[in-house]
Amino acid sequence: MKYFHLIWAALMRRKTRTIFTMLSVLAAFLLFGLLNSVRVAFTSGSKSVAGVDRLVVTSRYSIIQGLPQALQGQIASIQGVKLVDHANWFGGVYQDPKNFVLSFSVGPHYLDLFPEIELPAAQRQAWEADRTGAVVGEALAQRYHWKIGDKIPLQSTIFPQKNGDKTWPFEIVGIFKENKNGANGLDQVFFFHWKYFDEANGFGGRDVGWYVLRLDDPKHADRVAHAVDALSANSDHETKTQTESAFNASFAKQIGDIGLIVGAIMAAVFFTLILLTGNTMAQAVRERIPELAVLKTIGFTGRGVLALVLGESVLLLLIGGVIGMGLAAIVAPGVTKGSGGMVQLPPVGASNWLQALIVMVVIGIVVGVLPALRGMRLKIVDALARR
Amino acid sequence: MKKFLFGLGMFAIVVAWLIVWTALPWPAILLLAVVLGAWLAFTRSGRRTLSVTRVGLSTLAQRLGSSSVIVIGIAGVVGVLVAMLAMGEGFQTTLRQTGSDGTAIVLRGGSQAELNSVLSRDDIDLIEQKPGVAHDAQGHPLASAELGVIANLPKKDDPTVEANVPIRGVGEEAWTLHPNVKIVEGRRFKPGLRELDVGIGAQRQFAGLEIGKQLRLSGQEWTVVGAFVSNDAYESELWGDAESVASAYRRGSSRQSVTVKLTQPSAFDQFKAALTSDPTLKVDVSTTRDYFNKQSEALTKVIRVVGITVGVIMAIGAIFGALNTMFAAVATRAREIATLRALGFRGLPVVVSVMLETMLLALAGGVLGALVVWLIFNGYTASTLGANFSQLVFQFRVTPQLLWTGIKWALAIGFIGGLFPAVRAARLPVTTALREL
Repeated sequence: MKYFHLIWAALMRRKTRTIFTMLSVLAAFLLFGLLNSVRVAFTSGSKSVAGVDRLVVTSRYSIIQGLPQALQGQIASIQGVKLVDHANWFGGVYQDPKNFVLSFSVGPHYLDLFPEIELPAAQRQAWEADRTGAVVGEALAQRYHWKIGDKIPLQSTIFPQKNGDKTWPFEIVGIFKENKNGANGLDQVFFFHWKYFDEANGFGGRDVGWYVLRLDDPKHADRVAHAVDALSANSDHETKTQTESAFNASFAKQIGDIGLIVGAIMAAVFFTLILLTGNTMAQAVRERIPELAVLKTIGFTGRGVLALVLGESVLLLLIGGVIGMGLAAIVAPGVTKGSGGMVQLPPVGASNWLQALIVMVVIGIVVGVLPALRGMRLKIVDALARR
Repeated sequence: MKKFLFGLGMFAIVVAWLIVWTALPWPAILLLAVVLGAWLAFTRSGRRTLSVTRVGLSTLAQRLGSSSVIVIGIAGVVGVLVAMLAMGEGFQTTLRQTGSDGTAIVLRGGSQAELNSVLSRDDIDLIEQKPGVAHDAQGHPLASAELGVIANLPKKDDPTVEANVPIRGVGEEAWTLHPNVKIVEGRRFKPGLRELDVGIGAQRQFAGLEIGKQLRLSGQEWTVVGAFVSNDAYESELWGDAESVASAYRRGSSRQSVTVKLTQPSAFDQFKAALTSDPTLKVDVSTTRDYFNKQSEALTKVIRVVGITVGVIMAIGAIFGALNTMFAAVATRAREIATLRALGFRGLPVVVSVMLETMLLALAGGVLGALVVWLIFNGYTASTLGANFSQLVFQFRVTPQLLWTGIKWALAIGFIGGLFPAVRAARLPVTTALREL
């Protein structure tokens, strides 16, 4: 730290060049901040702590095939299952076909499967009591300016009511928050009673869409999954049971290899960045050769000079990078909000920052190492004579 | 104050240039290039500019490292931008080619996509009898009632990943109504049997779809008997007999959509009016062109916005890289430039020559980036979730239009990266520059 002043002075020797390079670094890490969380979200699925003890049971053949209601009792009796309930896809739109609402009709205990849902107890009771009541996530409520007590119509793209009407009336009786552990976009969801749906639904059978179950211990996931699938083996409604994160990941993979695309973009960005900052560092050292020689003359070792130059390039990357990441952290929520939920940018989290810092230091060392070696090896006499 | 006004003026020039540049069509830019060429070749100051530029370019070899920053930096920007836009373009084209103005598709009202729709046999009979529908030589309406379901199949590149593949149950008329669909291997499925023809897009993406293979759908064994091409969205699908598919998925006599051939494209209004005025029918109708265009809209827009946003941020990085390089280049040549000015050269040739050098480097970068993307990504196959919740296979399309866009971006970056160093070079006081070592 003693030599920080020296490194800083070297960096500020040519202010314009340093600032321009920093701005390039800033642009690169702004992209890193925005894209890396997207890449992580798509490659590893949901890593939320809250979902590790949940399994999702769907039809083995395809998502459009339902499962019989009778299965619920059988699943519940499997050892290791704490709670199980079902849900159905509703495919609702609000007012305009463009306003898609992620809406599910669910069994009475479905919400209890998700402890990360924070719904005030009074609102929960109100929901239990109201046949056409619905509870919605905070983000969704904000998007359409819904308040408790609002009566809202949703149109289903799939299910008409028995009287042929495609518009289903609901009353918002609860708005829930998603606590920190959850990262499933639950606060975009609209839940309402399966009973209401089942009684009024004029299309299709009485099958349910999928089951979600909670385990008493995440360690039993494999055993329980096999036991559930064994219940319906060789029937016409064979099931596929997987952990929630595996289920989410398989969905993300169907959208496309987003991870690969984003990875390729970042590779292009950083390849360019290394070239650019490398060039700056080479220039900076080249024109300072005599000064470095003076440093060596007054007693700096070769290693000392090496460390000074490396410190300079790492500092250059760190300043630009941290500002870029900070900017990304500010911009990301704005993009999500501004696009009306069309583009979901996950917030820039701690692990993201950590990865970015590692990348900054590594690139700083990579681009600094050649000029630094040159500084370390230079012979004082030659350098002072500008040979 | 003067300095501030000068900076403001430069900024205004840059902004004005960017606006004009993005709006200019290619003939105008060609004209601009011709005018510039004529000026360089035929006027006195033009020839001076040319000679100054030549001196600058001849020293390029000594500055290979720093000049490559401009080339590679801009190649990176253009590459990423063109690749993203090519992805959007490919997706959109695939869906757009699927539809035409001569056919119309009927879905249950409010369904938006075939997957959500259901039409009863009575509805279908009514729809087929409406005016505007073309008939074949025997007097049967040219209409195809189709059924779309989804199956889970393992992907070819990673068998542990299962994805949704669309299966379309069709009747005999489908082959007439979708003339793009042509069998390239094997044969058509036989009505009443559990046989499937697979689109080659689906065949490339999913494992076990080779001819002769059996696959399990809804608990029954089906045989693949043929493969077809269509160069549109149908290529991602598996086709089977509507009756067999309906019985396997317990759909009875209901179907999901009816595609009809119109007597002529202008008959659509008549057909639509007949459907909407029938109180027993609650259906949506659109030409297949509209229907498929609408499906591509949202995703294409997202890809474009993301591509351009990433491109702009990268371009900003590249501009600063170019500025650095050119400021350094101007600084090393400061004495030489000052000497020229002392000899009586005006500022303009100096400014133009530095700009020309930067823009030539930028052009090289743009061409390099566009070329690499064209070589790697033109025809690259990808797939995503389409409107029917199943995999839609499409190919990246690196069109000449996109390549041109990329090169325009490269030149815009080169312009900004060159302008400021060029002006600095021209404004440097001759005496100071000459004294500088």
